[in-house]
Amino acid sequence: MNAAAAVAAQSDEARAAFALDDLDRRIIAATQSGLPLTPRPYHAVAETVGATPDDVIARFNRMLDSGAIRRIGVIPNHYRLGFRANGMSVWDVDDATASVLGGEVGALDFVSHAYLRPRHLPEWRYNLFAMVHGRDRGEVERKVRNIADLLGDACRANDILYSTRILKKTGLRLSPGANGQERT
Amino acid sequence: MSGPATPYPVDEARPYTPGALEKALLDGFQDGFPLTERPYRAIAEKCGVSEEDVVAAIARMQEAKAISRVGAVVRPNTAGASTLAAMAVPPERLDDVAAQVNGYDQVTHNYEREHELNLWFVVTATGRDMVDNVLQDIETATGLTVLDLSLVEDYHIDLGFPLQWT
Repeated sequence: MNAAAAVAAQSDEARAAFALDDLDRRIIAATQSGLPLTPRPYHAVAETVGATPDDVIARFNRMLDSGAIRRIGVIPNHYRLGFRANGMSVWDVDDATASVLGGEVGALDFVSHAYLRPRHLPEWRYNLFAMVHGRDRGEVERKVRNIADLLGDACRANDILYSTRILKKTGLRLSPGANGQERT
Repeated sequence: MSGPATPYPVDEARPYTPGALEKALLDGFQDGFPLTERPYRAIAEKCGVSEEDVVAAIARMQEAKAISRVGAVVRPNTAGASTLAAMAVPPERLDDVAAQVNGYDQVTHNYEREHELNLWFVVTATGRDMVDNVLQDIETATGLTVLDLSLVEDYHIDLGFPLQWT
């Protein structure tokens, strides 16, 4: 099994094995707009959710280990940092190999998100999505060519949908209970 | 972070130029934020600055919207439900339809894209039923077809994104 396939398999497993409980959800809801900028942020979160700081840290560790949380860190706003071109590259990839190839595309360091999604024929033929950011469209196109090289003959058609306006962008806005946001 | 849904055209708003500490934070801490009692102090020690400097740099970037926050990235569909939806909106109706779509709290992201399918948005709710209701509502309200492109599989390891300063 290659590394990408191993990652996909691992995430499937974690998905099956792990469910968030009420305290996990309260912690996510309490931190969705950011960790407090105070010297002891987990203490502040603990007060908000009615747990101890050690509990909060342990829950974050558990959610990270299980894959429910991908990472904890600085979340950049690419557009504001000069990555003016946001290309949603979309690919019509043979279903038999799409899952493995999706893992390989997702592992490219310049792909911020990669997803397999259903086709909707005849309007929409593409099943693999890979988000690519660049300082300009030329940079996005160079990166997209790398993806095309990786996919080779498995790719039957592709396109790049550039965003021309951000009409709405909010953080994870949860009432307690929901935290399943997709990202584009 | 939740902010007002102010549309801004892609060719406006000058890029933010981060300082040395800010670059170090963007390069080194998109992942692995310390899960220790004083995480900002731990970062400060690695960067050779004070805890106050780190907190101030993060606050400054957040204020400038160079970062949305310091926090956790939650895997899609971990507890709630969400989908990516697309619509082919006649250009003369785009602003009105976008406003209708944005009117739903469950719509967290909405982008205009260059394609016949020109409106792409994310719907997030507590359960799949609610997501379906919102999509159905939007179809009824606009008289336009909404394509539901729910996740089949999600790959990215998502360790952050190298910014490659030039």
